[in-house]
Formats: sequence, C-alpha cells, structure tokens
Amino acid sequence: MIPEIGQFSLIVALALALAQAALSLTGAARGIPGFVAVARPAAQGQFVFVAIAFACLAWSFYSNDFSVLNVASNSNSSLPAAYRIAATWGSHEGSLLLWVLMLSLWMLAVSVFSRSLPDEMVARILGVMGLIAVGFLCFMLFTSNPFERLLPAAADGRDLNPLLQDPGMVFHPPMLYMGYVGFSVAFAFAIAALLDGKLDATWARWSRPWTTAAWVFLTVGIALGSFWAYYELGWGGWWFWDPVENASFMPWLIGTALIHSLAVTEKRGAFKNWTVLLAIIAFSLSLLGTFLVRSGVLTSVHAFATDPKRGIFILCFLAVVIGGSLALYAWRANRVEPGGRFELLSRESMLLANSVLLLVACGAVMLGTLYPLFLDALGLGKISVGPPYFESVFMPLMAPAILLAGIGPLVAWRKGDSAQLMRRLRWVWIAALVGALFVPLAFGRWAALTSAGLLLAFWILAGTLTSLIVRIKSGTKITSAFLGMLLAHAGVGVFVIGITLVKSYETERDLRMAPGESAELGGYSFRFEGVREVRGPNYAAARAAIAVQRDGAQVARLEPEKRIYLVQQNPMTEAAINAGISRDIYVSLGESVGEGAWTVRIHIKPFIRWIWFGCLMMAFGGLLAASDRRYRATRRREATSAADATVVRGSTA
Amino acid sequence: MIAIAAGVTLIAIAAALVLNAFQGNVVFFFSPTQVAAKEAPLDRTFRVGGMVEKGSVKRRADGLTVDFIVTDTAKSIPVVYSGLLPDLFKEGKGVVAQGKLGPDGAFVASEVLAKHDENYMPPEAAHALSKAQADKAAKSVVSPGAAR
Repeated sequence: MIPEIGQFSLIVALALALAQAALSLTGAARGIPGFVAVARPAAQGQFVFVAIAFACLAWSFYSNDFSVLNVASNSNSSLPAAYRIAATWGSHEGSLLLWVLMLSLWMLAVSVFSRSLPDEMVARILGVMGLIAVGFLCFMLFTSNPFERLLPAAADGRDLNPLLQDPGMVFHPPMLYMGYVGFSVAFAFAIAALLDGKLDATWARWSRPWTTAAWVFLTVGIALGSFWAYYELGWGGWWFWDPVENASFMPWLIGTALIHSLAVTEKRGAFKNWTVLLAIIAFSLSLLGTFLVRSGVLTSVHAFATDPKRGIFILCFLAVVIGGSLALYAWRANRVEPGGRFELLSRESMLLANSVLLLVACGAVMLGTLYPLFLDALGLGKISVGPPYFESVFMPLMAPAILLAGIGPLVAWRKGDSAQLMRRLRWVWIAALVGALFVPLAFGRWAALTSAGLLLAFWILAGTLTSLIVRIKSGTKITSAFLGMLLAHAGVGVFVIGITLVKSYETERDLRMAPGESAELGGYSFRFEGVREVRGPNYAAARAAIAVQRDGAQVARLEPEKRIYLVQQNPMTEAAINAGISRDIYVSLGESVGEGAWTVRIHIKPFIRWIWFGCLMMAFGGLLAASDRRYRATRRREATSAADATVVRGSTA
Repeated sequence: MIAIAAGVTLIAIAAALVLNAFQGNVVFFFSPTQVAAKEAPLDRTFRVGGMVEKGSVKRRADGLTVDFIVTDTAKSIPVVYSGLLPDLFKEGKGVVAQGKLGPDGAFVASEVLAKHDENYMPPEAAHALSKAQADKAAKSVVSPGAAR
C-alpha cells in the first residue's frame, strides 16, 4: 500500500510539474496574471508530493518491505536502521528520487524567498525549473521506477554494498545533490532573464546568493566524499580523478567561475553574456554528471549499448536542455547591452582571466574523463587516463588562477593603480618566498614542486591578509560578503598547503608482520600485537592491534579490521587512523599469511587534514557571503519600489 | 583585443599541456592474448586484465610478494606483485593489473585493481574474457552465444 501511495504521489507531482511549466511560462510570456499566479502554489504542491513519495520509499526501506524490488536489491533486515534509511538513495532509482526531492526543495525555497521579485520573473524561473522536474519525473516513472514491486516478495534483501555502510553515505549524497541540483536555480534565473530580455545588475544580485548557496553545498559534498574515500577505501588516497569524482568536480569548477563572474555583473554590469553562459554550462555539467554516473556508461560502454533505454533518455534530455538553452542564448545574447568598460589592470580583467582559467581546466578534466569512453564506444581500443594526466594538466592551469586570486582583491575595479599594487604586494612576495624556501627545510627534503606549491599557498594567504589590512585602514565597512570572500580565499591557501605537504612528504610501507614484530616509519615505531576475531551487527571481523610509539612513548593503539559482511560475503578493509593537525597515522590490514602473521600497510600522511579543513573554510566563506545583509536589504528596497510601481500603474489604469 | 589574444594563448597553452600529458600518461589495455601475440609494448606501462586463474596464487617467503596467473581463457600471463592486494582479489574473479613486462616475460605489476562488488568485474577484464571466448567460439564454429 505504502509504495503505491509513493508511486501515485510521483504521478501527481508530474502533473503539477507539467502545469507549473506550461502555465507559468505561458502566463509570463503573454502577461496572463492568473497563469503567473500558478507558479508558486504548483511548486509548493510539487514539493509536498515528492516529499511524500520519498517518505514512502524511506519507509519501505525502514520497514524491510522486500516486496519492493528496490528494497530487496539494496537492503537487508540485518542492516542497522540508519543505513536502511540511507540505502534509500543507495540505488539508481533511489538516488534519482533524491535528485528530484532536492530539485523540489530548491523550488520550494525559490517560491518562498522570492517575495521581492516581480511575479513574472518568479513564474519564468519556476517554469524553467518545472520543465527540468518534468524531465526527471518522466525519467523515473518510465525507466527507473523506485517503487517497482517484486512478486512474490523476497525473504530477505541482497544487502547494501558494504562500502556504502558508513556515516559518509548518510551525509555525502544529499549534500552533493543539493549542490548539483542547486545550479538549476542559477540556470533558471539565466534562462528567465534571457526570455525576459532583462539581463542587468538586479538579475545578478538576485542570482548571487542562490548560486553561492548551491556552491557551498557542492563544496561540502565533494569534501565529504573525498574524506569518506580516504578513510573507507583503505588505500589512504583522498582523490582519485575517478570519472565519478570528476562528474561532481566539473560543475564545481564552473560554479566557482560563475560566482566570481556574477560578482562582476552585479558590481560593474560587465560580462553579462559570459555569466549567463557559465550558468548554462554549470547546470549542463550537473546533468552530464548525472548521466555519467546514472546511465551505467562508466561501468561498461557495452552494458549501456545493450540496455540503452535509460542512457538514451538522459542523452535526449541533455540534448534538449543544453541545446535548447544554448540556442536561446545564441538568439538573445546579442541583445544584451555591453557593460562598463575596464582597463587591463583591473579587478574585472583578473576575474575574467580566472574564470577563463577555470573553464579551460574544466575542459581538460572533461577531455580526460570522456576520451576513454569515446574510444571504447567507437571500438578504437581501451585506455585509461589516470591521475598523472590530470595532475600534469590541472596544476599548471590552476597555479596562475591562485596567483590571480591573491592579487585580485587588492586591485581596484575598472582601473587599477600599478604603483599602489606593487607597494601592497611587497610583503606578499616576501611572505610567499620565505614560506616556499624555509618550510621544506623543516621537513629536511627539498623539491621544486614542493616550493612551488608552498609559494602559491603563502601567496594567496598573504594576499588575502593584505586585503583585510587595506580594507581596515581604508575605514570602509567590512561586510560579511567581503569576510566570506577572504575566508574562502584563505581556505584555498590552507587546501594547497595540505596537498603540497601530503604529496611531498607522505610515506608508506607494505609489511608482513608476525605478533610481537616491530617496524619503523617516519620516526614512529609500529608494534604488531596480533589479531583477534570480533563480531559486528552484520559482519565478522579480524581486528588487529598495533601499538604506535614515538621516542619510547605510546602515541596510539590502532585497531584496523578486515571485515566479512555476512550477506554478500564481501571482505572490507576498515583502516585505523590516528588523526592530528600535522599528520595522520593510517594503518590498514591486508590478509593472513599464516602463523598469525598478516600483511599490513602503514602510512604517515603529513598535514592531510588541512585539505578538508581548507574546503570547509571555502564553504563557510561562501555561507558568509550568501548570507550578506545586502541581499536582504536590497530585496526590501526593491519590494517597496515595486509597490510604488504598482501604485503608479494602478493610478494610470 | 588583448582579452581575445590572451584567451587564444591560454587555450594554446592548455592544448599543449593536454597533448603532452596524454602522450606521457595514457595507459593502454591489453588482453593476455594480445600480450602473447607480442602486441604489448616492452618498455612502457600498460594494463592487462582477465581472470585470476584458479590455484595460481602463490605467496613467496617474504610474505608480501605474490605470483598469480591472469587468463582470458585463451592465453595466460604470469604476474608478480609485491604489496597489499585489494579486498576483492580472488581466484576465479576478474582483475586488472597495471605495470610493465619484465625481461623473463612475467608481468611486473605496480598496481592491482579489483573493484568492490561481488558481481562486478572490471570492464576491461570482462572485455578480455568475452573477446577470447568469442574468438574460441568462432574457431570451433559453435554458436556465437558465448560472446556477449
């Protein structure tokens, strides 16, 4: 019964989405107030029904209803309750439902927090988002029904992949999707503005907080995913340049370019076309990412070719959305007035250069991700493009972007003063050079890349600090948007320090250890105390004990595990980590090699936490920027001026 | 104008970087049959994939180095790997190894990949197996149902 309610709610949601898209877009185009007024209630109703559908699926998982195919293939009665609920989005169908839930959540937010926007604008925005919802709801109902019944019901489920049985599974996908889908708001704003023909500073000011909010979710989502991979996969890596990761990273790169370009459009009225294009690309990449991850094309191009229904649907949907919006762009973009002029040395040109760099870097990532797929699909051979490709392309492209990010806030809008800039950069140079030369000395080993990375990190940190000092000295009010920008830029610095030090100074050893044996790594000694059997709720594990000492004093006692999940009989390595600000000690257990001995891998990862801490700083900076009072204040002001306009219109009528 | 020139330069630099990186870092995949036919390069890293032959996994005395045989059912190739094996590495299951050919004809792996799913086989390994089976089927003029 419950699954049927969910199914029915999805159909109602589809009907509402159709009404929302058709009526509000027509209403806005023809000026029919009755149609325009449909937008908000339709969006809110859609949220209610999608939420009901989601709750029904979650309930089916929670209550172990194995007559639902999706539950039977992705859950098990011995699975702990929290993971049963997280299993809701563990499957293809469930994650699509999560996608649509996030979309309707963003629509709800737009319908509630848009009182100051002209009704027709809201109708256009919600109309465009409604169209996207129609596409995804159809996809779900026609190709990937999450409520499909299994008759007769299974006695028990096939269990959730053990890799996904982790707190990371509870938080990572919702965050990531919230970010992914959040770019649909920026996209809808851009399309609405193109339809309306009014691309101006007000439009940019409206879309900014939405875009930044989506970017914050995406940043947190990617960072969580990276952290999860780090502790769960047992290999100590934190980023693999895997196609699934790249699928979320590409929209992030464009989203970063977009929030910076929006700043120029709002402040200086420039780059309007560029900003709109970035908004279209950002969301297109979100869709492409969904396609890559959800069509099965990554697992096997051939599997995709034998069961192409889903893939073809998403491909057509991609073609309609991307092709349609680019066509609209080509048609309308030339009507947009050019913005304010600026000199070569100006904040505008630096922001433009940065967004171009981000776009090009994204293109390089996309090429590396898609090229092997194309070759394979065309039968031209099988290749893999691994981390070395991405690193050797990505780093040279990002280095100038980071240099520019350090200087940008120090340069004036429109026309910078080169003498003043040189004066301001004096200390930045010194700090960057000192950091780049002396920090490696502390580690006792020097390499050119280490210094280059540290130079960039200290450059952006010192540049950011200088901007703060300049601002304080100038006596201008420090807004939370400004603070947010500084915090995010400092986050980039912290992130780069983390990457540089981990890449330069990480060490690892693979060992065979018998009980009582010791090994040395990076000044720590590791004593293997043996392995004992333990039982978990749905797994059996061999748990090792390893005492870590430094200079004779105990630092930690680490207990890595090798688990066998009982339902699928899958082995899983559960690494043990002793975390610290300056280093992580990371131990994972291999396999038993007889006589009580096991293979063990130990890592020392210097400053690895700084990577995720830097990401959190970026996200928190974005949060500060998005919550700036300016957006709310101007909204109120516009509300009053809009009210005035109505009065005027009313009196002339 | 300057902006356009700068943009073009940037794209040129990016293209150079991409091409250079592709040349150095793309890893090609070969099946054991192809390796046996001497199609694989001798001095370059490549990937080989197939199934771990049953009963072929042997651990050397140091406890870390493992010898095993990767087969696509038509031909097979001995592989040496020193280090921790992935969780789903098992005899009779799919595997992909990345490394170079040693002077004795054994494949010296620097990395062994086996993905996390009981049913899942690395696509390259699955490809090698189905191709070898298809070739066999074609030779013995049995129905080509073995090929996917």
